[in-house]
Amino acid sequence: MIGIIRYGAGNIFSLTAALERLGIAYGMINTEADLAQYNRYIIPGVGHAGAAMNKLEHTGLVPAIKALKKPTLGICVGMQLLTAYSEEGDSNLLNIFPIKTLKFASSPEHKVPHTGWNQVYSEKENQLFKDIPIGSHFYFVHSYFIEYDNAYTLAATDYSIKFSASIWKDNFYGVQFHPEKSGIYGETLLTNFSKI
Amino acid sequence: MTVACQPMLAKRIIPCLDVKDGRTVKGVNFVDLRDAGDPVELAWNYSRQGADELVFLDITATHERRKTMVELVKSVARQINIPFTIGGGINEIADADALLNAGADKISINSAAVRNPALIDELAKAFGVQFVVIAIDTRVNNGKNIVHLNGGRIPTEKETLDWILEAESRGAGEILLTSMDHDGTKAGFDNGLLKKVNDAVNIPVIASGGAGSVQHFVDVFEQTNVDAALAASVFHYGEILIPDLKDILRNRKIEVR
Repeated sequence: MIGIIRYGAGNIFSLTAALERLGIAYGMINTEADLAQYNRYIIPGVGHAGAAMNKLEHTGLVPAIKALKKPTLGICVGMQLLTAYSEEGDSNLLNIFPIKTLKFASSPEHKVPHTGWNQVYSEKENQLFKDIPIGSHFYFVHSYFIEYDNAYTLAATDYSIKFSASIWKDNFYGVQFHPEKSGIYGETLLTNFSKI
Repeated sequence: MTVACQPMLAKRIIPCLDVKDGRTVKGVNFVDLRDAGDPVELAWNYSRQGADELVFLDITATHERRKTMVELVKSVARQINIPFTIGGGINEIADADALLNAGADKISINSAAVRNPALIDELAKAFGVQFVVIAIDTRVNNGKNIVHLNGGRIPTEKETLDWILEAESRGAGEILLTSMDHDGTKAGFDNGLLKKVNDAVNIPVIASGGAGSVQHFVDVFEQTNVDAALAASVFHYGEILIPDLKDILRNRKIEVR
């Protein structure tokens, strides 16, 4: 069963609706004691990364999250929190991945926020992208991106610059796009995560 | 398949559903629909056909000052796996907050933003620019594109491009631009205005008003490079099927999902 880490950063109605459609059981994590009830975790998040980090710190869950050994998936800003730093609010983050979250440069050719369906190229063999063709479209909405890194990028997307659409390190995963809004391949990814 | 080319953001195809009292109001001519007036079932069908996004517009909300449909948004969010925008009658932060919590990806603001431009700043600050779509109904008056209110019935003092630039600077995340001169004509989008607007802003632009054929979608993407094209009746009446539309766009080397 998936435990969703609740820290007040954004609405999770669409995420829980997707899990319900897929028949994936889930519950909510509000305190450290809740963690033991679940065998995998999702860190959701939309909005401002610095503000989200402040909220997460207020829950007192940060040390326990950094010590997690079970599969953990950060989505959108929830993924950015796993990195070391974000230019958004000049914020230090969880530093599970020693890489940075940077702001897109906006131009008429590459508008910001990066909004819409873009192609995702998985670069490593991993269960998370099982049965998802390389180059499938996923739905993105974000103004900040995680830099590309050979060691940690699981899947890449190009938007004026090649960036991490997905990251992976040990039991930690992140996706910049919204799997709950990404049609059938998004649903496949959530199902895959529920089986990792 | 050919070798993967440079990945590009796909151009979005967006059916728009007009809703009143929780029911779709424009005629719908789909086969296989149990209930053509049920916006959720219609939305589900569009998502299965390959629509990239949906817009729900409460066409009576602005006129009647009625709050938008939180229950509808919840039903849609429960069943649809693509993003959607809800518009109509959103006047304050509390409206937007209720819709966000019900699962809406974006809200579209039209008259309320014209009457109170600071609402854009407030919404962007509270929810992020990605949540705030500014919808604009434009019509040519004395040779100038002028912003209109209440479905194009009431002209304002604002010139369309000026208002769009102001909206962007205040925190609009996207522009939904409907040409009231083209809307309902099925003669094609207002490509001249759309190109001018698209070239002037750094946020996504959704073209609306005038779609009558597949060629009109090809034209709007090729001539203006807007990010998305929205239509209602050509989809609702089955005159254009989304899979066929996307095949043709793909053949014209226009990036689609």
